[in-house]
Amino acid sequence: MSGPNTDYDPVEVTPLKAEEVDAARDAALAAIAAAQDLEELKQVRIDHVGDRSALALANREIGALPPAARKEAGQRIGQARAAVNKALAERQAVLEAEHEARILVEEAVDVTLPTDRCPTGGRHPLTTGAELIADIFVAMGWEVAEGPVIEAEWLNFDALNLGPDHPARTMQDTFWTEPAENHLVLRTHTSPVQARTMLTRGVTEDAPIYVVCPGRVFRTDEYDATHSPMFHQVEGLAIDEGITMAHLKGTLDHFASQMFGEGITTRFRPSYFPFTEPSAEVDLVCFVCRGIDSEDCRTCRGEGWIEWGGCGIVNPRVLRACGVDADRFSGFAFGMGIDRTLMFRHGLEDLRTLFEGDVRFTTAFGSEI
Amino acid sequence: MKAPVSWIKEYVDLPADLTTEALTDRLTALGLKLEAIEAAGAGIQGPLVIGRVLTQEKEPQKNGKVINWCTVDVGDANGTGEPQGIVCGAHNFGPGDKVVVILPGGVLPGNFQIAARKTYGHVSAGMICSAAELGLPDDGAHGIVVVPTDGPEPGTDAREFLGFGEEVIEFEINPDRAYALSLRGIAREAALGFEAPYRDPALRETPAANDDGYPVVIDDAIGCPVFVARSVSGFDPATPTPEWMARRLEQAGMRPISLAVDVTNYVMLETGRPIHGYDRDTLRGPLRVRRAAEGERMTTLDGTERTLSALDLVVTDDSGVIGLGGVMGGATTEMSATTTNVLIEAAHWDAVSMFRTGKRHKISSEAGKRNERGVDPTICEAAADRVVELLVELGGATAEPGVTVVGVPPQPEPIEIGTDLPARISGMPIPAETTIAHLEAVGCAVTVAGDRATATPPPWRPDITQPYDLVEEVVRIVGYDQVPSVLPRRATGRGLTRSQRLRRRVGRTLAGAGLVEVISFPFVGESTWEALGLPADDPRRNTVGLANPLSAEAPAYTTTVLPGLLEAAGRNLGRGAPGVALFETQTVATPSEAGAAPIYGVDRRPTDAELEALLAAIPKQWTELGVVLAGEHERAGWWGPARPAGWQDALAVVDRLTTELGVEITVESAAVMPWHPGRCAKVTAGETVLGFAGELHPNVCRNYGLPERSAAVVLDLDALIGLTPAVTPGPTFSTMPLAKEDVALVVDQAVTVASVEAALREGAGELLESIRLFDVYVSEQLGKDKKSLAFALRFRAPDRTLTAEETAAARDAAVARAAERTGAVQRA
Ligand SMILES: [Zn+2]
Repeated sequence: MSGPNTDYDPVEVTPLKAEEVDAARDAALAAIAAAQDLEELKQVRIDHVGDRSALALANREIGALPPAARKEAGQRIGQARAAVNKALAERQAVLEAEHEARILVEEAVDVTLPTDRCPTGGRHPLTTGAELIADIFVAMGWEVAEGPVIEAEWLNFDALNLGPDHPARTMQDTFWTEPAENHLVLRTHTSPVQARTMLTRGVTEDAPIYVVCPGRVFRTDEYDATHSPMFHQVEGLAIDEGITMAHLKGTLDHFASQMFGEGITTRFRPSYFPFTEPSAEVDLVCFVCRGIDSEDCRTCRGEGWIEWGGCGIVNPRVLRACGVDADRFSGFAFGMGIDRTLMFRHGLEDLRTLFEGDVRFTTAFGSEI
Repeated sequence: MKAPVSWIKEYVDLPADLTTEALTDRLTALGLKLEAIEAAGAGIQGPLVIGRVLTQEKEPQKNGKVINWCTVDVGDANGTGEPQGIVCGAHNFGPGDKVVVILPGGVLPGNFQIAARKTYGHVSAGMICSAAELGLPDDGAHGIVVVPTDGPEPGTDAREFLGFGEEVIEFEINPDRAYALSLRGIAREAALGFEAPYRDPALRETPAANDDGYPVVIDDAIGCPVFVARSVSGFDPATPTPEWMARRLEQAGMRPISLAVDVTNYVMLETGRPIHGYDRDTLRGPLRVRRAAEGERMTTLDGTERTLSALDLVVTDDSGVIGLGGVMGGATTEMSATTTNVLIEAAHWDAVSMFRTGKRHKISSEAGKRNERGVDPTICEAAADRVVELLVELGGATAEPGVTVVGVPPQPEPIEIGTDLPARISGMPIPAETTIAHLEAVGCAVTVAGDRATATPPPWRPDITQPYDLVEEVVRIVGYDQVPSVLPRRATGRGLTRSQRLRRRVGRTLAGAGLVEVISFPFVGESTWEALGLPADDPRRNTVGLANPLSAEAPAYTTTVLPGLLEAAGRNLGRGAPGVALFETQTVATPSEAGAAPIYGVDRRPTDAELEALLAAIPKQWTELGVVLAGEHERAGWWGPARPAGWQDALAVVDRLTTELGVEITVESAAVMPWHPGRCAKVTAGETVLGFAGELHPNVCRNYGLPERSAAVVLDLDALIGLTPAVTPGPTFSTMPLAKEDVALVVDQAVTVASVEAALREGAGELLESIRLFDVYVSEQLGKDKKSLAFALRFRAPDRTLTAEETAAARDAAVARAAERTGAVQRA
């Protein structure tokens, strides 16, 4: 540290001589103004207001003056010292501010440095997708029902009007547990949960059933880009007095718009499911092209509609087997694939990405879908 | 089911301006779903004509190929009338043959532009077309289409001859609409859809039954209620199938075989009634329909020898079994290239029996497909008569006067229905008159009494058996698109259950801790247990087996979440990930000891006891949570080197999760595969063993392609959730000043931190707020079997500032208790 004042050698100031006091004051003010940093200012302070400074020494000599001269000399010195102290304080503040600013500048970092020391986690879109669906229905006052994946044959088939010779049983190639005579299967749909709900809870006027059943199901499909021996379904069941196809349509329209956006509705086409009668296929307005100028739409392949699932009025035979008074109550049921729904909702091309466990896939979805 | 539009129109007068799209839209709305519209010849443009090959010179090429340099008479189609020079690589034709030629300027399917071009030293002006090039079904010979000599003259546009421009609609027919597996049924639906006049091809005058027909006996009238037999003689087996019939069969997806077979197939497509033809000269004595004897054998016409079950329906003659009734005929009596006398069988078979026999013998045939879904039982005579007519007309045969009709068709049961039921079920205002009119439109005979109606379904609708079936018929005609959209108003659910909410919380906690969820298949096998190093008597080897696994390698349902998770970890590392932290929740299962699950009837609810027995037979299933940590747990970067995952990270996950859920756990060392025997912790909450966590056994890491020191956790998630307190008590804490005391204790290596900590905690008393191990130190000075544990003790009183004396006393008491319990010695 070197500055203009380092070698300051205080000259003796005679307090009575105004020009000498003024000179000492001006020298101090000039030194203060010239101080470039806090270090220099500290030295200036020592030199010009310290015990051995000209003004301090002069001040000390006031007492030795004749009383008549004291007042004037005292005033002159006092004013000079006040001016110097004020300048010092001001300069101190300026230099401190400059100093702090400089430190902040010097402490700057490269904010583009990577910060991924601890990798990000994520939840599987099939999990969060099922939760999203559950939340849509819970918000309407429905409940979420669950059941085992290894299921009794009777609950998976017979109770749902799929008798032992029903052709539909060949449509769903089923995993049977060993020995097959034990009549246990890996459930081929989540419908046995609906049967369980009716059987264990029953239906009364005061306690209607409104349940949605998301879950894992199995079929003996070879694994490829569009088939998997394990996949996920969500089914819904409403049993109450006066339930109609209109309620089914209303519920699915609401589900569709919540899942795919305002204005996305459904279309029914006659179909066949043993569980329901009348039965319908549910199509969804393509949420990408909205059915307008669909020719080049990749999502619906030019159809304007996307096949979404099946639904219908619960077959009275099912109600009977599950102990529901079919004369008093009617119900509707629907079901769709969660995997498939996610595939077109998110533009997935290969079903297998859902089951490979590649973290690049899952982390893209974060914790909610 | 594929139906040519022209064939449909034979039976229904559709509006003249109706497009095929409008037709299929309406039929889809009625329940016959459009799969595809095929138009033969679509994509072909320009001059496509019949040509006659005049000359054909074979020219061997350097590449070993032989090409044909042909001149072809194409009439005036080329504008000059001169022969057209064309190079052709196929050899299944010769001079004099008529072929199909596309001339320059034409376009073949796939936008294949035809131009005169130089090739093999000639200018080839056009192309002689193969079936494949024309987009026609290939007969397997990959050859040129050779036109019969009596086909159109050279120069004629070939489209009409090829059947181009004719649209074929492919429908997806639901199992309940078996009647639509025929042109008769499809045309009926089209008539219904457009209120158009309909002509039933099965409605025809047929000769009355008499005693001169071929003798037939039915032993099983339930399996075969009706058997009609007709005969023709003098059939010329050499007569080719007429072009129109062959084309229709092809359009409908069936291959033409011979005139006699083609006629039976044609009538099946037309009426829906499968027909079987016998070579009458091979039959020995009367036909008899009965159930097979168990173990009886026969050879079906596909050449397969079959061992029959006592449930199979068979047709026999004096020689024995000659056919699997309704499913497939036998080899010994089948019509052949020399058959001149034909016996025609049109019989009605029990659908369930057909289904079982087809399934048992793995036979899938067009006849079986219809018979097992249900065919109109009243049209056997009409269908047989139609076959006779065609064999006479086309094959030069003479109809025999004998007409055998055995049995009577089953009668449809009348169904009673409230006339307001369709309205009540659909939510649409459907008046009673509409209901009645629509039921009649689908063929029901309806009588009305007040607000009730009785509808007798038509014989071609065996699927209609209950009132709701009638509702579907009415609603589909009114239109599913008319159903209004109304939300139900009475749902009174109580929200998610506690365990549903907690499972979400677990997932979010783990994701927040940097773990990524995966979903794997639950299939395992012997190799899985070998890879995990499970001992032979490990209970996890006791799996629920699969009777029909997809892979012999994985024939069982898993008992642990780990295998899929470990594979996923290996897959990620194999794809270049520097490290992975994965979690999965998987349903796992152990076999039930309760034996077979009962099968009950469905005409009533099972009793509570029956239900209980059913549920008891289902294998025990629960949810396991698994975690695998492998490779870099913290990445390398400008901050420093990577930190690989290890056993402590596994336990940290357990700690984080149980802390989140408010479940207090204890850990103790355990030796369980697939973990490292010295680096595995058993996690317990009270009396409940929740699972295990720690480093994986080096062999297991190797087996799954994971780096050594990879770690894993398995927890019983259901148990963990069950232990989660419903309400967390609000904590109380003091705001008085904190007093800190650190102590270093020397103990034997074998002494666990947990035991020292527990002793310190107990000795320190109520003033202790927290205790935390902050250092573990070993040195030669301490001795080989010793370690020094440094704990930070934090004391605080609820109501006052602690004095130095109080704090020191508590610390000393803590150390004294540790000394007493664990032999700890405080370091100076
Ligand atoms: Zn679209």
